[in-house]
Amino acid sequence: MTFSVEIKNLDLHFGNVAVLQQLNLDIHEGEFLVLLGSSGCGKSTLLNCIAGLLEVTDGQIFIGGENVTWAEPSERGIDMVFQSYALYPQMTVEGNLTFGLKNAGLPKIEIAERVKRAAGILQIEPLLKRKPAALSGGQRQRVAIGRALVRDVDVFLFDEPLSNLDAKLRADLRVEIKKLHGQLNNTMIYVTHDQIEAMTLADRIAIMKGGKIMQLASPHEIYNRPRNLYVADFIGSPSMNFLNGEISGGNFMVGKLTIPLDGYEFAKGSRQEGKAIIGLRPEHIVTGDNLASAAMRTKVTVELVEPMGSDTLIYATLAGTFIHVRMDGQVQAASGDEIEIGFLPDRASLFDPVSEERL
Amino acid sequence: MSSKRPNQLFRNMPAKVAAIPMVVTALFIFVGGTAWTVVYSFTKSGLLPRLKWVGLDQYERLWGTNRWLVSIENLAIYGICMLVLVFVIGFILAALIDQKIRFENTIRTVILYPYALSFVVTGLVWQWILNPEFGVQGIVRDLGWQSFTFNPLYSPQIAIFGVLIAGLWQGSGLVMVLMLAGLRGIDQEVWKAARVDGIPTWKTYIFIVIPMMRPVFITTLVLVVTGIVKIYDLIVAQTGGGPGIATEVPAKYVYDMMFQAANLGQGFAASTMMLVTVALIIIPWAMLEFGGKRRV
Ligand SMILES: Nc1ncnc2c1ncn2[C@@H]1O[C@H](COP(=O)(O)OP(=O)(O)OP(=O)(O)O)[C@@H](O)[C@H]1O
Ligand SMILES: [Mg+2]
Repeated sequence: MTFSVEIKNLDLHFGNVAVLQQLNLDIHEGEFLVLLGSSGCGKSTLLNCIAGLLEVTDGQIFIGGENVTWAEPSERGIDMVFQSYALYPQMTVEGNLTFGLKNAGLPKIEIAERVKRAAGILQIEPLLKRKPAALSGGQRQRVAIGRALVRDVDVFLFDEPLSNLDAKLRADLRVEIKKLHGQLNNTMIYVTHDQIEAMTLADRIAIMKGGKIMQLASPHEIYNRPRNLYVADFIGSPSMNFLNGEISGGNFMVGKLTIPLDGYEFAKGSRQEGKAIIGLRPEHIVTGDNLASAAMRTKVTVELVEPMGSDTLIYATLAGTFIHVRMDGQVQAASGDEIEIGFLPDRASLFDPVSEERL
Repeated sequence: MSSKRPNQLFRNMPAKVAAIPMVVTALFIFVGGTAWTVVYSFTKSGLLPRLKWVGLDQYERLWGTNRWLVSIENLAIYGICMLVLVFVIGFILAALIDQKIRFENTIRTVILYPYALSFVVTGLVWQWILNPEFGVQGIVRDLGWQSFTFNPLYSPQIAIFGVLIAGLWQGSGLVMVLMLAGLRGIDQEVWKAARVDGIPTWKTYIFIVIPMMRPVFITTLVLVVTGIVKIYDLIVAQTGGGPGIATEVPAKYVYDMMFQAANLGQGFAASTMMLVTVALIIIPWAMLEFGGKRRV
């Protein structure tokens, strides 16, 4: 199996602050990898290291099987798309697309062909003679992607390319980037702190925290089997409910509640005992018609209702903890109502309260 | 709400009111004073302005005076060299400081410091530094190189370059801080994009960064050019126009004619010529810059 990008024991320090520590990451050929994490966790730093815009303190980077740790950015077979677009404002769109190619001494015909192809894919032909100031945000970002396209590289790096756009445009461009990936089949590494972007685009997501990768897995795996408490809490909106309790004899005990754990797959294969935290996603606490499938039911009093259209969020107190439950949007509920809720233990996550790892 | 379009006169009223004193000053002092000067340049005014017409006599005399011709030549040499060098030096200094060097603040202050001095101080300092006995030449000779000669202020052919050195020393700091501010305003991601594109640093400066700094360049250009045209005190302090008339400049000619030679008419004619020259440079440029269709 060849990897498109391999990162081995990467360290990066700014002065004496260690931003990346012993980071390892292998990215497959043609994979769409999303780096996701809260602000300041080192996503951009990692991307800049891959691009060669930052000198690594220690470790190695391979792209296409070649050690490029000390290669110039332009020699790495990568291109990068930035959050602020970083277009050259005094040049036309065409100038932006061709400047690097002309500088590299490519023949005119070849340049024209590449520009034509990129402009066709991104539908920016009518804009070629305009300057960036005369473009909308979405168009600018398209041009920025075009600048990467014409270079004909193997690996695309995106640093929050959609963050400066409004919600509607973001959703549109997201779909376009996904289509583009399907069309080109390049390796793409994409930094974002938008969960939806990460879930929808990624083949695999790397969740980062404090310069380390907490979990690297498919969106489905990350959502349903978060490896630790941080990932569980970070992914999902509204976030997971956590109840502090104890596992004993195949049941999770919290307050007066006993939740049977039949069907829960323990990470170590065998059943664990002792103190634990159970994590339940708001949509994995069932109500109404779905109660039949629940392993255990109880009644709670609705304290707050947030109708969101497609579904409705209910806030209530369960075993001394404030929880939220996602209900069908058609259900009418008011605060003060008493409703019945049920739990799906096979969908739950259990964590060790000390190591915060998945049990 | 009324559906009528508001009267244009009353839009931005506070701003317009606030601008009135400046507008009045500009009209009376600048426009009025200029017109008055031009009118009196056609008279035979001596110690006091008198409306005794002599047509173009003052101008004929002006262009027949060697000292005026030398002044113009000096201004041209000083102006062109100053303009080119101050931009080159200022920009290079700014580009060096922009490399995130240590002690940036100290270095910036040291280089900007001369600008805080008056031209009189600068003139005197450089008069001493260039003095053949106590200055650079004297020191180097004391160190043993007896034949070393560096004596610009005492050789008429190159004296104006002695003034140029002082002018550069004083002016480079300002250009540097303005350029540095401009460089700092450039999005770091543009630099990164250029690196990824494989553009060498010098090309990035010339084709991407400097074009992006156009507004800063224009501001700096205006400051530098006005400084050049009105140069007077540096000359007075450093060389007094000498040796002989080797470092005379137009502004000094005007001043000397008006207040020392008691020849107002001649001074007015000279200052009108300066005005015309500036106008000849500024008007075509302004038409290019602001006329025609609006740029984006
Ligand atoms: N030039 C620098 N000098 C010192 N520290 C830096 C420098 N650049 C970044 N850092 C630090 O490195 C850490 C990681 O920064 P980075 O830009 O990679 O975060 P990020 O994950 O991209 O965050 P965001 O989502 O806000 O873009 C931050 O704590 C930041 O303060
Ligand atoms: Mg970032």
